[in-house]
Amino acid sequence: MAYVSVKGGADAIAQAKELVEYYRLKDKTKPIEIEQIKSQFRLAIDKIMGEGSLYAPEYAAIAFKQMEGDVLESAFVLRAFRATLQRKYYSDILDTRNMFVKRKISSSFREIPGGQVLGPTRDYSQRLIDSTKYNESEQEIENFLSSFEGKIEKEKMQEITSFNKVIDLLKAEGLLMPAESNYDKTVKDVTLEAVKYPAPRSVTLQMLARGETGGLMTLAYSSMRGFGDGHGTIGELRYGSVKVLVSDTQGRKRYIGNVNLTECEMITKINTTKEAKIPYFAIGYGLVLGQNETKAICMSILERGIRSGKSENPANNQEFVLYHTEGVEAMGFTNHLKLPHYVTFQSGLNNLRESVKRNTNIQDEKMKVYKEMAKQFQK
Amino acid sequence: MIENIKFNSSYNFAFIDETTKKEIRRKLLKAICIPGYQVPYSSPEMPIARGWGTGGLHLTLALIGKTDTLKMIDQGSDASVNACNLRDFVQLTTNCKTTYDTNEATLIQTRHRITEEKLTDKQIMVFQVPQPEPLRRVERYEYKTRQMHAESDYAKMWLTLYEAFVKWGDVMHGAGYPVMVNGRYIMSPSPIPRWDVPNLNMADCIYLFGAGREKRLYAVPPHTRVEPLEFEDVKFHIENFKDVKCESTGYNIAYMDEMYQDDGITKKFYINDSNFLDKMIEKIAVNQHSNKYINQLKKNEQ
Repeated sequence: MAYVSVKGGADAIAQAKELVEYYRLKDKTKPIEIEQIKSQFRLAIDKIMGEGSLYAPEYAAIAFKQMEGDVLESAFVLRAFRATLQRKYYSDILDTRNMFVKRKISSSFREIPGGQVLGPTRDYSQRLIDSTKYNESEQEIENFLSSFEGKIEKEKMQEITSFNKVIDLLKAEGLLMPAESNYDKTVKDVTLEAVKYPAPRSVTLQMLARGETGGLMTLAYSSMRGFGDGHGTIGELRYGSVKVLVSDTQGRKRYIGNVNLTECEMITKINTTKEAKIPYFAIGYGLVLGQNETKAICMSILERGIRSGKSENPANNQEFVLYHTEGVEAMGFTNHLKLPHYVTFQSGLNNLRESVKRNTNIQDEKMKVYKEMAKQFQK
Repeated sequence: MIENIKFNSSYNFAFIDETTKKEIRRKLLKAICIPGYQVPYSSPEMPIARGWGTGGLHLTLALIGKTDTLKMIDQGSDASVNACNLRDFVQLTTNCKTTYDTNEATLIQTRHRITEEKLTDKQIMVFQVPQPEPLRRVERYEYKTRQMHAESDYAKMWLTLYEAFVKWGDVMHGAGYPVMVNGRYIMSPSPIPRWDVPNLNMADCIYLFGAGREKRLYAVPPHTRVEPLEFEDVKFHIENFKDVKCESTGYNIAYMDEMYQDDGITKKFYINDSNFLDKMIEKIAVNQHSNKYINQLKKNEQ
């Protein structure tokens, strides 16, 4: 009986689970250690933590290993784990002015206070495949590290302080657009309540920060290419570590650790506010976990676009952008198409057949063709 | 390696923490009070992908108690792969009793079907909902559809039904046929076939709907009017299986699956509801839903 095949569900799941584990391990290579993933797949881990909305490098590395290197699936695992943790505190507002800067650049000015600091980046190196990586040995790694560390001037390290932001220069001159007086400053927590539109800016920022890098890039690119306000200028892009403080019940500030963040301030075209006719530069803001510059830049473009109020472009429309850049949800829904839909399909089929029957002439003609085709097929 | 006590110990009863469960239950009470109204809720992430029944799971997990008996169906089948996975998940985190038997269950989570057997006032049915907004086909923005519901502004909806009739001679909505609940809200019954839609009307049980990805839940309380949208002269009708018969039982007053045979030409039909089919085969008495459409079919049969 045909139903037998449908009834093997539980067994089939168990077998599939085992098989996919076999696929992960079948070549009998050495198991990758979590420490290795954490350090050698730094950027993947950063992406997973950002999209997974949880700053936990160890767990991100476990997820990465478990999911055979699928970054979005790993982010999904991290999100599901995150949902089981109770939110006990909110941190104080992070002070990115006091970031320990590892990289900061501005495309708006040739020179900025503290200088352009390239930091760790591959932006200016050729993307040629490096076949020496095929046989990278521990000895080579050690040699590289000892020669690199030899070049560091330890006493100069102490002198590094924090840097003011580039936008402070413009602000001092009165060229930055003041915050719109009418904008909704309510702070929501998108992990605890459903979003209703139009949503306050806090929701935009949170959801973009959790959004999927590729999704954010697609929409931000559309905005730059012609379906939006065009090409902004990076006021400042900085990456570094920031202290996280939490106020305890007595109001004392407790230091709980550092997080690495990428922050982007995008200066967009000259605007005037409704209240005053003086022109200003408007600014878009992006802040993401870890080093993910593409995402931070795209976030700042979209954040600005959403606030512009010109929602005829998809990338400027809050509801459109926030719903569709939510990668974990988008991936889940896309993959649900693999679930059986025969009941729903039958209902549509039934409608279509009856509609066809209503026009029997067409029906007869078509049946002739189909029968002919079936005969051909059998031959 | 960091240590996390919660990660090592077992999860909370029914996986979701108690505060969130309480929140979901309170939102459910609101939904019951305003039949057909979509209530936004937190919709925490589950270890099941969005679009795979997370909304249904939230409601099931928020409601389930130690003495509950759970039935989990997907497209009418208890043994479908995703139903198995979701059932296992609930069972592992609650240690509840599970069953295939519709009558035995106190809580039924379903995807895209209502059981052929009638439910009692001791039973709750939870639907998994992919798109809770019936107006989404006519209005793409959420903030506008909320406004339309608030003002009972359903003109666009009626217009699309009319347009379908003009183009194709019938309202072509298949599964997920829009319904009017308690004369107030247009509601998506989730993609159940039209066959099941009349069974929502004036039922003894509670019907709850969870849309996880869209973060909305809604309800049809017992003994509530649920009417499919129709015109005075163009009526709602259910799927037509009058020319076919179930291959195993010879019965045809039930929703059918159509199965192409290996030759690719001939097809056989089977009753879709797997528990109903099993009972029919084993000649166990069944208490089928009765509604004016099914009753008419039965009358024609005689």
